[in-house]
Amino acid sequence: MRDRVWIFAGLAFFVAALTCPAWYAVANGKASNKSKPPNLELPANQKECVAPAGTMRAAHMQMLIQWREDVVRHGDRRFVAFNGKVYEKSLTRTCLGCHNKEQFCDRCHAYSGVSDPYCWNCHNDPQTVAGSRTRSTP
Amino acid sequence: MKITRKDFLRISGLSLLAAGCKRAAESVSQPASSVRAASTQPVRWGMVIDLSKCREKDGCNACIHACNAAHNIPQIANHAHEVKWIWTEPDATVFPSAQTDFAPQTVTETKVPLLCNHCANPPCTRVCPTQATWKRDDGIVMMDWHRCIGCRYCVAACPYGSRSFNFEDPRPSIESINPDFPTRTKGVVEKCNFCEERLARGLKPACVDACPQRVFTFGNLADPESEPRQLLRERFAVQREPELGTGPSVFYLV
Amino acid sequence: MLMLDKALKGSRRYWMWLLCLLCVIVAGLCFYLRQLNQGLGITGLSRDVSWGLYIAQFTFFVGVAASAVMVVLPYYLHREKQFARVTILGEFLAIVSVIMCILFIFVDLGQPSRVLNIILYPSPRSLMFWDMVSLSGYLLLNAIVAFVTLRAEREETPAPRWIKPLAILSIPWAISIHTVTAFLYSGLAGRSFWLTAILAPRFLASAFSSGPALLILLCLALRKLTAYDVGKDAIRKLAVIMTYAMTINVFFVLVEVFTVFYAAIPEHTVHFEYLYLLGGGHNLAPWMWVSAIFAIAALVILFTPAWRRTQLPIACILVFTSLWLEKGLGLIVGGFVPSPLGAIAHYAPSLPEWTIVAGIWSVGAFLITVFYKIVLSVREEVES
Repeated sequence: MRDRVWIFAGLAFFVAALTCPAWYAVANGKASNKSKPPNLELPANQKECVAPAGTMRAAHMQMLIQWREDVVRHGDRRFVAFNGKVYEKSLTRTCLGCHNKEQFCDRCHAYSGVSDPYCWNCHNDPQTVAGSRTRSTP
Repeated sequence: MKITRKDFLRISGLSLLAAGCKRAAESVSQPASSVRAASTQPVRWGMVIDLSKCREKDGCNACIHACNAAHNIPQIANHAHEVKWIWTEPDATVFPSAQTDFAPQTVTETKVPLLCNHCANPPCTRVCPTQATWKRDDGIVMMDWHRCIGCRYCVAACPYGSRSFNFEDPRPSIESINPDFPTRTKGVVEKCNFCEERLARGLKPACVDACPQRVFTFGNLADPESEPRQLLRERFAVQREPELGTGPSVFYLV
Repeated sequence: MLMLDKALKGSRRYWMWLLCLLCVIVAGLCFYLRQLNQGLGITGLSRDVSWGLYIAQFTFFVGVAASAVMVVLPYYLHREKQFARVTILGEFLAIVSVIMCILFIFVDLGQPSRVLNIILYPSPRSLMFWDMVSLSGYLLLNAIVAFVTLRAEREETPAPRWIKPLAILSIPWAISIHTVTAFLYSGLAGRSFWLTAILAPRFLASAFSSGPALLILLCLALRKLTAYDVGKDAIRKLAVIMTYAMTINVFFVLVEVFTVFYAAIPEHTVHFEYLYLLGGGHNLAPWMWVSAIFAIAALVILFTPAWRRTQLPIACILVFTSLWLEKGLGLIVGGFVPSPLGAIAHYAPSLPEWTIVAGIWSVGAFLITVFYKIVLSVREEVES
């Protein structure tokens, strides 16, 4: 057991490396407000989403990816919802037409620890960029 | 029946292999272009650019500004990292093989608008390793910025210099963002999309509508009665480097 | 399986060398993280020269990887016993080169996190898809052959019989990796510099000289630094292969130069003029001439009986450097300048680019050191 020091040092390093995301979250205070659910602002002008709330909560990302494939790759922009209503498959026009990104999307994403989905690297929030320019009709 | 560990591993390995083969076979037998069901009327979008009209208002650039605004094209100061969808070059650069040594300077130096040719046989889509760029059934050479891995093989393959790569984050270089169209992210290739998003709403491309001289005539090349086809019947037109067999859908009236 | 334990016992010199390499790797990694954060704008690449040092180095090392065939072929197909001590070194060199190739491609990607899209959306019409297939297959083949034969050697049993078909399969496979890599370029209608059927043969000829040159240098280094000697015969045979491959390579280049300049189609001549015209302000031209002069000097040494043996290391360095400049820099950049629109874009790799390349070279040197250490330890153990 001459190598005991090394073995235990190695083990300690391994455990530290494995748990470092948790420590990082604690250090940043991200893990502290877990008990309090986020205060999400719902759209005032609409009562119904493109799918029931439970479905949206669980699977909006899959739906967005499906929309993305349909629009970009197949040129199919028409979405017929569960209740027969027809929507345009568009994150900016349809989703953000009702929802407020900062008070809805971002708050819940921050709460669930997915604070920066890369959608926003390219897609815009009409409300944040609207000030810089009047909305054009492409 | 008792399954030994070896049998289990063998069976699961074979099933994985079979599933993989099925997927590969599917993807091979189903090229990207056939995904969209063929519509009853064939469509091939194309454009005719009347250079004599364009020459009358040299340096107007309304088409470029309209495109830049509609598609959030960044204005990058460093020429090496420029992103361009529609831009101008001197006539001698655009049609190098159509030059005589004795042409008047007014012709060789006039600025000619350039954009993606939306080739009938595009070399760029052929080389893409992820089908992030492909030719749609209506002839538009489309880009999927979600799938592009940024290998720039298409940039090397395009003989027209129509493709730009995002060497940096484009957002800081966009003066005012049009929320209706996404910006791009660093590390993907982009190019003119023939205003596919406007066509879907029944509009013409932004450059076509913006031109005060009505230089651009846009329409369905597959329809013999369409505006561009009529123009091409009446006047002599050229394409850029047709000898490469790419079949450009953009025509120039000289 | 990997016998990594053999790599953990070494002299002070061995560990210092690995530590130095590790430092360069870390430096490269730092710059790569910066590139990941800021985009490929921190390289010297531009709208017109959209591929540069990374892809050129990739091309060069595909050649080095393919050249392992020059020891595998005589050994497995012609039973040349002189190559018994060098074959496995060639195989490990191929493994390391393929790993370096993969890294060079990876650092060149604008969106590396999406690299698996190549597999998720396989596109058989793209040569890059086939390059991935051939490179990964070649890596696998060589890894299996090298490690299994080494293991058999350690246990002092003959290698299993199924190894020979695999080794023989790796011969056409090696040709295929470099052919496919050449097709990557030569199939582009708009790039007249590469649009020539001689590109694939030229790639193979340069590969079969630069690879053996590196292998000879590695063998000589091993003889100097350790007790391991691959034998005079093996080195002499490798030198002969290198000499003729280099001669053929120079011949191919001259064939290309004749066709281009006698036909004098401007689209084809401009690229050569850009690469070789001195005084035009083109930063690559002096280096291309260095490459040409080195190639001729190497051939003079290799064909002069008095120098052939005594000056072999110098000849190897000349061959390697000459081809590194020609293929690892000029061949890719030359295809982009002038651009299809006639623009002459100035390309010079930036400091981050050089450092990342140095980092990948160090990964290669690190791996080759570890692998050769394993081989040498196993052989030492068996011989004692």
